[in-house]
Amino acid sequence: MALGLSPFLISIGQTEKSHIMDLITPGSGLIFWQLIGFLGLLFILIKFAWKPMLAALEERESTIENALKQAEIARNEMANLKAENEKLLAEARLERDNILKKAQEASNKMIEEAKTEAQKQGAQLIENAKAVIETEKKAALTEVKNQVASLTLEVTEKLLKKNLADDASQKALVDEYVKDLKLN
Amino acid sequence: MTRKILVLSILFSAFLLFNTNSSFAAGSEEDKTSFIMHHVKDSHEWHFATFGHTHVTLPLPVIVYSSDRGLEFFSSTNFQNHDTHAFGKEYAHEGYYIDEHDHLGRVDGASFIELSITKNVVMMFIVMFVLAYVALSAANHYKKNGAVAPKGAAALIEPIVIFVRDEIAEKSIGPKYKKFVPYLITLFLFIWFGNLLGLLPGAANLTGNIAVTMTLAVLTFIITNVNGNKDYWKHVFATPGVPIPMLLIIVPVEIIGLFTKPFALMVRLFVAITAGHIVILGFIALAFIFESYAIGVVSTLMVTFINIIELLVATIQAYVFTLFTAMYIGGAVAEHAHDEHH
Repeated sequence: MALGLSPFLISIGQTEKSHIMDLITPGSGLIFWQLIGFLGLLFILIKFAWKPMLAALEERESTIENALKQAEIARNEMANLKAENEKLLAEARLERDNILKKAQEASNKMIEEAKTEAQKQGAQLIENAKAVIETEKKAALTEVKNQVASLTLEVTEKLLKKNLADDASQKALVDEYVKDLKLN
Repeated sequence: MTRKILVLSILFSAFLLFNTNSSFAAGSEEDKTSFIMHHVKDSHEWHFATFGHTHVTLPLPVIVYSSDRGLEFFSSTNFQNHDTHAFGKEYAHEGYYIDEHDHLGRVDGASFIELSITKNVVMMFIVMFVLAYVALSAANHYKKNGAVAPKGAAALIEPIVIFVRDEIAEKSIGPKYKKFVPYLITLFLFIWFGNLLGLLPGAANLTGNIAVTMTLAVLTFIITNVNGNKDYWKHVFATPGVPIPMLLIIVPVEIIGLFTKPFALMVRLFVAITAGHIVILGFIALAFIFESYAIGVVSTLMVTFINIIELLVATIQAYVFTLFTAMYIGGAVAEHAHDEHH
């Protein structure tokens, strides 16, 4: 080393030369302690620091990797479930719509039937009522006629009792009554 | 933004005042810049600040092994003037001395091996302690709470661990990356923490020291070649698809290539970090050389700017060193298809 560098050192002073030689001359003590110290450090650090640390790092990395894989699987499952749910939901909706439609139809039909029935019954009732009214009317008329006949008889009887002394008047009265009756 | 930078500048300059010796300002031009080299080099004592004639230093142990005298322990204060804290041959102690350039020498000239706890060794242990503390408290989080989201120290370390594992190791090494991840993480964090802590005022230039980068590069070299498979060695000694006469040239080049790779790692980190420190200290030295307040203001602004860039460099260099290590390992363990063109 000294031989190789000497051509470059000619032009510089003796002190610089000795400085440079000092710099590039390794000290035996330093090499000795450096070797012992570094190998000792290497041993201690490998045994107590790097091996546990690297093992922990690997463990963590595999944990994370597993967790990511699990998450991926879970996500896929979720997606599948969601798709299935949507399918079910769509089916349910369709079902509901069908049921609603059928219910609507049924109710419409029932209302229609009820209406027809009600109309029929109403008509029947009216018919019956009319018949009853007719019967009552006839009965009332008969009653009235009977009453009139009996009144007439009474009146006639009374008149007869009172005014039958006189023939002419009797006759006139009868005529009058007859006339009246006709008018009635 | 401008206000933040100005506030930062004042903070830095306040710190750096302690870091520079006021006696430099009075001396010759060379004295005014010598603290730069003094800082980027290793030292036998840790000098923090000087107030007048009081030096705030941490004396460090000097450890020497020699075949004739065995292992010996001294303190750095044994070898220096007690008032000026200067080293020199005249302060020899029990046959050893530390010269003005902070080199340990033996009075009788016999050979020895120096194993001193220098400033950079202390710095290295501080970096290692901080790193171990942060990493172990991060690991503790997982031990206590299991594999949950990070918090506290774990939140700081975990992104780096994941980055090194996924972006550096897995991409550069290929399917066999798992075995090398702990080494790469340690390497990245050691260099990164070293770079960052080295930027603190008063800290040592640890990752800009060639001994440190060399040791790391050598470890990478060993790991790469120990794990080299059949294809890797075949590629070196019998490069496929090359005519036999050409192998005479190719094989030596490939063998040199084995060594230039870690050599490049060593030099790259050393140069990047040391250069950063020299540039920062150079801007500070400008104020002393020109002896001008105006230059002081400008150089403080520049120092702040370079410091921010150095934060980036600290991270990039840690990344690059780790990335290239991973690529070299990747080249050694890769399974080649034999018809592949090289």
